[in-house]
Amino acid sequence: MKNLDVVIIGAGIVGCACARELSLAGLRVGVVEGKSPGCGATAAGMGHLVVMDDSPAQLALTHYSRSVWSELMAELPGSVEYEACGTIWVAADEEEMAEVHNKSRICAAAGVQASVLGPAELSKAEPHLRGGLAGGLLVPDDGVVYPPAAADFFLQEAVQAGAELLQGSEAVFASQGMVRLANGTKLTAGRILLAAGADCSLLPGLPIRRRKGHLLITDRYPGFVNHQLVELGYLKSAHSTESDSVAFNVQPRRTGQLLIGSSRQFDNDDSRAETKIVGQMLERALAYMPGLGQLSGLRLWTGFRAATPDKLPLIGPAGALTGEVADPSLWLVAGFEGLGITNAPGAARLLADQMLSRTSVIDPQPFLPNRFAAQEAVYA
Amino acid sequence: MSHYEVIVVGAGPAGIAAATAAARSGSRVLLLDENPAPGGQIWRVGRSMLKGQSEGEAAKNHALKRLRDSGASFLFGYSVYDAPAAGELRAICESGEAADCPVWGEPHAVSLRYEKLILATGARERFLPFPGWTLPGVFGPGGLQALVKGGFDVKGKRIVVAGSGPLLLAVAAHLRGYGAEVVCVAEQAPLAQMLPFAISLWSHPAKILQGIQYRAALGSAPFHLGCWPVAALADIAGGKLTGVQLTDGRRTWTEDCDLVACGYHLVPNTELASLLGCAIEHGLVKVDEEQRTSVAHVYCAGEPTGIGGLDAALVQGEIAGLASAGKPTRSLQGRRVAERKFARRLEAAFRIRPELRSLAQPDTLVCRCEDVTYAALEKRSGWTDAKLQTRCGMGPCQGRICSAALETLFGWKQISVRPPLMPVPVSALVYSESQPVNLKENQ
Amino acid sequence: MPDGTVMIFLNGGSVAVAAGSTVAAAMLNAGQPCRISVTGEARTALCGMGICFECRALIDGRAHRRSCQVVVRDGMIVETQR
Repeated sequence: MKNLDVVIIGAGIVGCACARELSLAGLRVGVVEGKSPGCGATAAGMGHLVVMDDSPAQLALTHYSRSVWSELMAELPGSVEYEACGTIWVAADEEEMAEVHNKSRICAAAGVQASVLGPAELSKAEPHLRGGLAGGLLVPDDGVVYPPAAADFFLQEAVQAGAELLQGSEAVFASQGMVRLANGTKLTAGRILLAAGADCSLLPGLPIRRRKGHLLITDRYPGFVNHQLVELGYLKSAHSTESDSVAFNVQPRRTGQLLIGSSRQFDNDDSRAETKIVGQMLERALAYMPGLGQLSGLRLWTGFRAATPDKLPLIGPAGALTGEVADPSLWLVAGFEGLGITNAPGAARLLADQMLSRTSVIDPQPFLPNRFAAQEAVYA
Repeated sequence: MSHYEVIVVGAGPAGIAAATAAARSGSRVLLLDENPAPGGQIWRVGRSMLKGQSEGEAAKNHALKRLRDSGASFLFGYSVYDAPAAGELRAICESGEAADCPVWGEPHAVSLRYEKLILATGARERFLPFPGWTLPGVFGPGGLQALVKGGFDVKGKRIVVAGSGPLLLAVAAHLRGYGAEVVCVAEQAPLAQMLPFAISLWSHPAKILQGIQYRAALGSAPFHLGCWPVAALADIAGGKLTGVQLTDGRRTWTEDCDLVACGYHLVPNTELASLLGCAIEHGLVKVDEEQRTSVAHVYCAGEPTGIGGLDAALVQGEIAGLASAGKPTRSLQGRRVAERKFARRLEAAFRIRPELRSLAQPDTLVCRCEDVTYAALEKRSGWTDAKLQTRCGMGPCQGRICSAALETLFGWKQISVRPPLMPVPVSALVYSESQPVNLKENQ
Repeated sequence: MPDGTVMIFLNGGSVAVAAGSTVAAAMLNAGQPCRISVTGEARTALCGMGICFECRALIDGRAHRRSCQVVVRDGMIVETQR
C-alpha cells in the first residue's frame, strides 16, 4: 500500500496542473488515470486561453490564470503550440456593439488590454468574416494552446519533481484518505483531490452537470483565420442554463487547421455526434463566415463540460459536500465548464495555496465548494 | 430523400453480384460507389485500356451486363460519409462532376434511405513503413496499377514489385503490359509457407491458370520468395528514387529501379460497418451464412468479411443480395464454404513475417499525413496516447494507412470510428432537409 | 474513353495531358509532387484509390483535393499543395 501526501484522481489538464504545483512544492503526489492523460474534456476542448467577464469572480480567475500561462510560456515545449492570437468578440448588430463597449469598460477597469474594432477594422483583421457586421472587441493577450500536450507538459514536470502516474486502472473508491483502484491497488494519502471533470462517480452528490459540446476540425488552411473568433451572442447562449444552444466560435491552430464550434447541451450523455445540433452549429458558423463551407472538415467529436449552477469551479476542501459523514480528506478541483484549459494553472495555484496555507493572489472564497453546502442542506 | 428497399455500398465484384441478385429478385435497389464506374479495384476501368489486358475481362463484362439488365439504379461518384440515423446514409460527390450532381463542379451531398443495406466496401493495401517508403516513386502495387490505368506512363520504367499477396504477380504482369520493365517481384512469404496454398489451388483450376498466365507474362523477371525490401534509396539530393535494397534474410542487395511498388496484402475496409455498430472480430465484419451482420437489416459481402478475392466476393455478394430479398441461398452455400476455406489458406500463405516489424528506423515516418516518426510513437502507451501526443492518425486519411502498420508494429488496435468517414466540405455536415436526388435510372 | 489531349496549367507551366487521365497521373508524368508534407517532404500518390490522401493538390483554387480521383480538364489549374 502506497502512502502519499496527495492522490489526484484524474490526469486531465487540471489534475496535471495541480500535480505539478503540489510536487514542485515538495509534496508526495500520485496521479490516478484510468485511461490516458488528457484524453477526456482536455482533448475535446478548444484550448482557448480567454479572459471571461461574466462575473467578477470569473474575471478574476481567468485573468489571473492567463497571467500564470504567460509566466509559463518560456518553458512550454513547441508541442503545446501556444499562439498569442488574441480573441475577437464579434458583434453582429448595434445591440451587440453596445455590449462591446460595455465589455471594453470592464476590461479597462480590470487592467485587461482590449480595443474596440469598427466594421472596417474587423473586416481588415478577419477578411473571411461576412460583411455587414457591426464590429468587435479585440483582446490581444488571449491565446491558444493544444491542451493534451499542455497537460502532458504539466504531468512530466510533476513526474520530474517526484510525482507518480498510476495509469490504466481507474479509481473506484475514494474516502477517508483511502483510494482503491479497479485493479485492487490501494493508496493512502492525507488528501484525495478529485479532478475528474464531469465524472462524479466517486462523489455523486456534487453540484456538477454534464454539458455536451461538439467540435469540428478542418484540414490546414494557414491564414484563413487570424484570431480566435467568438460571436457576442455566445454570451447569451453560454449563459442559458437550460436549453440547447449553438454559437459561432472559430479557432486558428498553429498547424493552419481550424476548430469550429460550439454547441451546448445539458443532460445528454450520448457521446456520439448528433446530426441536428452539428448542423445548427455549422449553419451558425457559416452565417458568420460563409467561406468555411468549402473547407475540408476532417473530424467531428464531442466532449462533456462540467457545469456548476453558478458557473464557477469548485476549488478547495469538499467539506459538507462529502455527504452525511464528514470526510476531511476529500478535496475538489472540478466544475470548470468551458474554461478548464484557461483556468488550470491558476486553479492549481489557488488549490496549492489552500493546501499549503499560503496566501493567494486572488480571493479564493468564490470558488470554495462549501458555498453549495448551505443549498444542499435546504434540499435535504 | 430517396428511398430504396436495398442499398448496396461498393460496386466491386461483391457489390455488383449483390445488387444484381437483389434487383433480379424484385427489390428496388441502389448500387452506390465512389468511383465513376462500377468494377471496384479489381475490375477498375482504365484509360486507353488495351483489349485483353484486363484480368477476367469476359467475367467482368458478363457481370456488368447482368447488372445493367437487372433493373438496379446506380449512384456512382458518391462516397458514404455518415449514417446519421437507422436506415439512413449520407453520401457526397466532392468533385461535383458525377452524372447525378445538380450543379456541375459543386460538391453535392445526398441523404438516402434503405430498408436493407449491403456493405461491399472492399479492401485497401496494407503498408508497412520502411526507410524511404515516403519517397516519390514508391507506391502500393494496386496503387501503381490504378495510377497507370489513370494515365501514368510507365513505359520503359524499371520497376521492382514487392510485398505480399496474389496481387503482386497480377500487377507485375499488368505493368509489363503497359511497357514497363519489371526488374523483379519479391514476395515476403517463404516457399514453405506458400506451398500448402499452392497445392490447395489444384481444387481451383481457374486460379492456377491465372497464376500461370501472370507468371508467363512476367517474362524473364525473377520472382523471389522469402524476399522483402529493407530500404528505398534516393540520390544525394534526396529527391529521386534510384533503387531499392532487398534482402532474403541472409544477404542484402540493391536493385536499381525507377519505381517501387510495395504493399503487404490487403486490409478490409470495415469503417462503415463499425460506424453502423456491426460486430467486428479479428478485424473482420462478423457475418452468418447468409452474410447478415450483427445489426438487423445490414449485410456484408466480400473482403470486409475476410480477404478471399474475386470468387469469394461474387458468391458472397449473390448470397447477400438474395437473402436481402428473402430468397433462398441454399444452392450457393457449397461454393461459399469452399471460398471461405480458400480465404483461410490465403491468409496463412501470406502471413506477415516478423522481420517486417523491425524495418522502420527511429526516423522512419509511420504516419504520412502528420509526419510522425517511429521514434515518437515507440514512446507512447497506446493509440489514444499516440493520437493525442503525436497527432498520429489525426490527418485526412484518418489513420486508414497507419492503423494497419501500428497494429503490426505495436499491436495497437484501431479505435472508434466516427463520422465523417472521410474528410468532407464543412457544408456537407449541415444536414438540412435535403432535396431528393434525381437519379438518372439505369445509366 | 476520351481521345486526344487537353492542356492543363501545372505549377505555372502548361502541359499537354492525355484526355481521361487523372490529375495524379498527370503530375507523376510531369515529375511534379502532389504535395509538400508538414515537414517539407515532396509526396506523390501512394494508394491510387482515394484512401491515403497523399495525392492532395490545389486544383482550380480548391485546396486538398485528391488528385487521383479528379480527371483532367482543358484549362485546369493545378498546383502542388503546400
